Amino acid sequence: MVAAGPGASGGASPEPGAGVTARGAGRSGTGARGARAREASGAAARVGAAERSGAAARVGAAEQSGAAARVGAAERSGAAARVGAAERSGAAARVGAAERSGGSSQADAASGQDSDDGGSQSVPAPPGGPGGRRRHLLSIDDLGAEGIATVLRLSDRFVEVARRPIPKVPALRGRTVASVFAESSTRTRLSFETAARRLSADVISFSPAGSSLAKGESLRDTVQTVAAMGVDCFVVRHGCAGVPAQVAGWTGASVVNAGDGWHEHPTQALLDCATIRQVLAERDGMAVDDVGVDGFVGLRVAIVGDVAHSRVARSGILALAALGARVTLVAPGSLLPPSLVGWPVEAVTADLDDVLPETDVCYVLRLQTERGAGAFVPSPREYTAGFGLTARRAALLPDHAMVLHPGPMVRGVEIAADVADLPRTVVLRQVANGVAVRMAVLFLLLGAEEATADA
Amino acid sequence: MPDRPPAPAGAAAPWPGTVVIRGGTVVDETGTRQADVLVRDGRVVAVEKRITIPGGATVLDAGGCLVAPGLVDLHAHLRQPGAEEAETVESASRAAVLGGFTAVVAMPNTDPPVDNAAVALEVLALGAASLCRVAVAGAITVGRAGERLAPMGELAALGVRLFTDDGAGVQDGGLMRRALDYARGLGVTLAQHCEDRAIAAGGLMHEGEWSARLGLPGVPAAAEEAMVARDIALVAATGAPMHFLHLSCAGSLSLVAAAKAAGMPVTAEVAPHHLALTDAELAAYDPLFKVNPPLRSAADVAAVRRACATGTVDAVATDHAPHAANTKEAPLDEAPPGMLGLQTAWPVALAALHRGDPGLGADGEAVPALSVADVIGLLSWRPARIAGLDRAGGGDQGGPVAAGEPANLCVLDPAHTWTVEAGALASRSGNSPWRGRTLTGSVRHTVVAGEPVVIGGEAQR
Ligand SMILES: [Zn+2]
Repeated sequence: MVAAGPGASGGASPEPGAGVTARGAGRSGTGARGARAREASGAAARVGAAERSGAAARVGAAEQSGAAARVGAAERSGAAARVGAAERSGAAARVGAAERSGGSSQADAASGQDSDDGGSQSVPAPPGGPGGRRRHLLSIDDLGAEGIATVLRLSDRFVEVARRPIPKVPALRGRTVASVFAESSTRTRLSFETAARRLSADVISFSPAGSSLAKGESLRDTVQTVAAMGVDCFVVRHGCAGVPAQVAGWTGASVVNAGDGWHEHPTQALLDCATIRQVLAERDGMAVDDVGVDGFVGLRVAIVGDVAHSRVARSGILALAALGARVTLVAPGSLLPPSLVGWPVEAVTADLDDVLPETDVCYVLRLQTERGAGAFVPSPREYTAGFGLTARRAALLPDHAMVLHPGPMVRGVEIAADVADLPRTVVLRQVANGVAVRMAVLFLLLGAEEATADA
Repeated sequence: MPDRPPAPAGAAAPWPGTVVIRGGTVVDETGTRQADVLVRDGRVVAVEKRITIPGGATVLDAGGCLVAPGLVDLHAHLRQPGAEEAETVESASRAAVLGGFTAVVAMPNTDPPVDNAAVALEVLALGAASLCRVAVAGAITVGRAGERLAPMGELAALGVRLFTDDGAGVQDGGLMRRALDYARGLGVTLAQHCEDRAIAAGGLMHEGEWSARLGLPGVPAAAEEAMVARDIALVAATGAPMHFLHLSCAGSLSLVAAAKAAGMPVTAEVAPHHLALTDAELAAYDPLFKVNPPLRSAADVAAVRRACATGTVDAVATDHAPHAANTKEAPLDEAPPGMLGLQTAWPVALAALHRGDPGLGADGEAVPALSVADVIGLLSWRPARIAGLDRAGGGDQGGPVAAGEPANLCVLDPAHTWTVEAGALASRSGNSPWRGRTLTGSVRHTVVAGEPVVIGGEAQR
């Protein structure tokens, strides 16, 4: 076990990402990514870790030693604070900044035609609209702490909408959302498309099977062809990291990252945060509205399993750290990323038993079950012995602790069947929150000026 | 088979005109001096303080410029035959002379590859009609498949001096050992693209802080270092010379430095982009910056520059790798690796190695600066020697700039600032990492076999 980024040498240059920022923005309009790069590079410099020889080797060594080392609190809080600071500092803040600038007149549009209860159900004003800057959700860093809080507040309103006899509001009437899923995920695609339809948006669904993508047309041509049909927002899932950012550079539409390679899956992180927030509110006997996001400050989160290949983990770490949670990674060395420089995690360990008694939220990742040379662990059985959330291990958790999993669960490998069925395991609530969170994201990105006129 | 390869084929016929290069500073391996250069019938006739211009001569103004032996690129992918939509020998040769190069070594990973005499002769014939001298490297293994030796003797008989499976390394160490033994007998040099495929594991960028953050599979430095270490051991075992292509990691350069210190016959090249760009360029996921070996960390960039200053590196070679635009407008796992290099090598090397410009990859790292002459040496006479294109190798490249020598010359402006615009690139492809950026250092004139093929930065044909 090792701290993330102990200073092996002062090799990193002060701001290597700074030059990239301007160029990146020029090329593809991903200014926030540049800001994120700058932020992370700064963090790297502060941590002062040797780049290549560093984290992987250290993690490996420490993993064997099994000792517990923690990064100083200052470093941790610094890392968390930096995410927020970069987000607030300007052009990078897309949703967050835009959300603050919106008027209030659109509130009724979002809360629905049933304006009887519109007064009490009002939602934050949407940000976008004609002439406004394009907004994307490519990374959790595009939101920052304030943006995440906004999405969570808004998604609670949309949970309410879902309970209505006709769970639909006219907020995005006249808008078109295209889902481009180049990697099959029926669950996520349906969740996004349901969210778009409940906001009265038109939905174009596009997946590679039998499409021009399969016939060798370039992704750029395909995306631009679909864009020409008049698309306001692309929801993009792809097996390779970065494709949503590329799509954002190729079209004039907003882009939501619905999962790209090992990189990020921001709406999963948001629905996880929404779920944690609900459970915390219930535990304290409070209305979810009243708890805000303060409950995340100091929350002890253990993320267990295949962090290296998990977009869920990357987005989750960024979101939870931005809200002030203390994140510990628990994984064998072969399932950790090659470097943790700049990652806002408090500690890394291979000793799950040691971590569980000090854990408020245990986030169990799915294990990919390749065999042979492609395998990152000797066998599912050995993985379960070291890292599975067995009944014995679940009993080590404090009574109040909750268990999350991004699904689909492989019962008996990363989580025991009886643990999966415990009340503290909130997987079904995660799924239920998916639609509302995605409604909130689409609403915040697309704005609703025209819809207001119709409402 | 001959003990020694014959003089390389593919040299252009001398141009029967008179040229005076006036008012420049002549720089070659013998030193630096103010002089005019008189060229006639493909040869340098005089190098003197003030040359009277003969009637009918073409006068090339070299005021403020360096007059040097033409640059020699050890590593260019000309894409012909097989990928003419991306580049042809002719279009690449135009990019070459605009970049100050008077000779390029064409890499053999064409389609079909240069693993037999017929393809080699095809490329040599195309080269003879092009704007610069084109030498050909042959493949080490048939089809570059890494399974059995290509007919190196047949190719050596055509004047091929360098052999490589570039694009991939020879993975089988036993086969590589036999190739070295065989090459030693032919008097040719093997060049390795060092990448252990199993360790690289399909990575798309340098493995490290950035790959972890971006969620992209990485190529660890160890993939390169492991093959460099293996090949140095094989050089020790066989005594055959070995050239290391495009080294990109600090660890690789340490290994080569140690091998050189032990007196082993190894040489090494680095690419301009590894002198000036880091893995942080991938932050926007632009496949323009996908290249193999990948852009490395700032510490590696600094190490590459240091190795140029200490003599570990023998040459800066472009790894010019054109790719049609649509192939780079794809997800990173589908886009091919590679970037243009011929037209930007001189200003990038000058900025990275001589001026140490900020914002080019190794900021904050202490790196000694090279003299302008040393920078030109890495681009001209030193690679000419490795390729066997220098005078000692029976060739006509690399200088010196002296009466009686072949007139393959470039006139380099070290101070001119220009912006790399798509229209300025002669390549059929546009995948320059410097697109839209401003560089200081340009090529004013290039003379190939006495012919001024570039005048005032414009290609003449
Ligand atoms: Zn190569």
